[in-house]
Amino acid sequence: MEDFLFAFLNWDIVTQAWPILWRGFAYTLALSAMTVPLGLAGGVALALLATSGPWWVRLLAAGWTDFFRAIPPLVLLVFLYAGLPFAGIDVGAWGAVALGFLLNTGSYYGEVLRAGIESVPRGQMEAARSTGLTRGQALAHVVLPQAVRNVLPDLVSNTLEVVKLTSIASVVALPELLFQARQAQNATYNATPIVAAAIAYFLLLWPLVRLVSRLENRAMAGR
Amino acid sequence: MTSTAPIIDARGVWKRFGGLAVLKGVDLSVAERELVFVIGPSGSGKSTFLRCLNRLEEPDDGSIQVDGIELLSPKTDINAARRRIGMVFQSFNLYPHMTARQNVMLALRKVLGQNKDQAATVAARALDRVGLAERMDHYPAQLSGGQQQRVAIARAIALEPRVMLFDEPTSALDPELVGGVLNVMRELRQDGMTMVVVSHEMAFAKAAADRVVFMADGQKLEEGPPAQIFEAPQHERTRAFIRQIDRH
Repeated sequence: MEDFLFAFLNWDIVTQAWPILWRGFAYTLALSAMTVPLGLAGGVALALLATSGPWWVRLLAAGWTDFFRAIPPLVLLVFLYAGLPFAGIDVGAWGAVALGFLLNTGSYYGEVLRAGIESVPRGQMEAARSTGLTRGQALAHVVLPQAVRNVLPDLVSNTLEVVKLTSIASVVALPELLFQARQAQNATYNATPIVAAAIAYFLLLWPLVRLVSRLENRAMAGR
Repeated sequence: MTSTAPIIDARGVWKRFGGLAVLKGVDLSVAERELVFVIGPSGSGKSTFLRCLNRLEEPDDGSIQVDGIELLSPKTDINAARRRIGMVFQSFNLYPHMTARQNVMLALRKVLGQNKDQAATVAARALDRVGLAERMDHYPAQLSGGQQQRVAIARAIALEPRVMLFDEPTSALDPELVGGVLNVMRELRQDGMTMVVVSHEMAFAKAAADRVVFMADGQKLEEGPPAQIFEAPQHERTRAFIRQIDRH
């Protein structure tokens, strides 16, 4: 038991590793704050194209979504960071993460939102248009609010995955939380920093997890 | 009928879905303040025709003038035209995430550009007109079907349209709720609203309609005053249809 505590829950190690871990946590927060809105924006754009464009745009959006959901995000990120410079395009580490998450996460959000938009009855758009609203106004005020509401649990679940996925940013030299924890682990020959990182993720994401189950309960009750 | 120019003038309206012709050159002209009933068996194209009158359905051929606007001209701002054409749907289509008042306010704000206070006042007046002043802050799910349909009517009339289109407004209602909706429509008529109504409410048609149009197979087969269409229809198809709905 003592060995276990020493190796995994060692307070001395925590105090030593704290500055590194904190910097990693700050990176994870910044990465999340960038990738979630970017992914959502890309997702809304894809979902709108996939549901209301002309047939060839819808087809293109569907193909795009399939493609970027099928490619492993790590491969995509490495390609954007290390591959694109060979084509004369250097987007940098943050640029690669932004682009990679826009493409990958945007496709996942897009798929969720597309389902949401398709769950809103056609009559809603027709009623809005019949009062003189433009297609854009009808989407913004009538269709999208209902679409988001219908798939809110899925959107939040997806967001949890995105935050956890930001750990792959370490492959392009952005020292996020998990990377820093591994550094600290190597330096101290002790697993406590990893445990501390896990606790940090938990504290960050737990409120969202609670939110999902509350929303799901409400959705069930509303039925 | 008045001698002034018709407020709705549809000529030779064609509509095809795939290879199937749903409307085969339908004409209809409606005078101001007139209430026209459109009846016909299901699949006759009556709802499709009504939806062409505000271009929710895009006709393949023909011309439609509403209040002097060439509806099918590419130069026409359809959103501006639709302000003058109110529509009420069989399934109400209220926005479920908004209260009754917010349902009415949306187009007032976004289409007419009213500010929040103006829109709230106009919406309250429209809801009062359909007898729902007390239910203003209820969500659609908290209202009965009849109340929802009256909110939908308020949403349309708040924009002060020149004509109102009703697409089977009472078909989705329980029988005891139909009366309230018909009363509101009757009051609209008394206030001089021009109305085109697709519906099978024969008693209402007999009492309130100026003219009844019978459609079948995408064509207008017969039209005339309610007494003529219901008591002495000329066309065999009309006779068969009237017999059938009279049995209900």
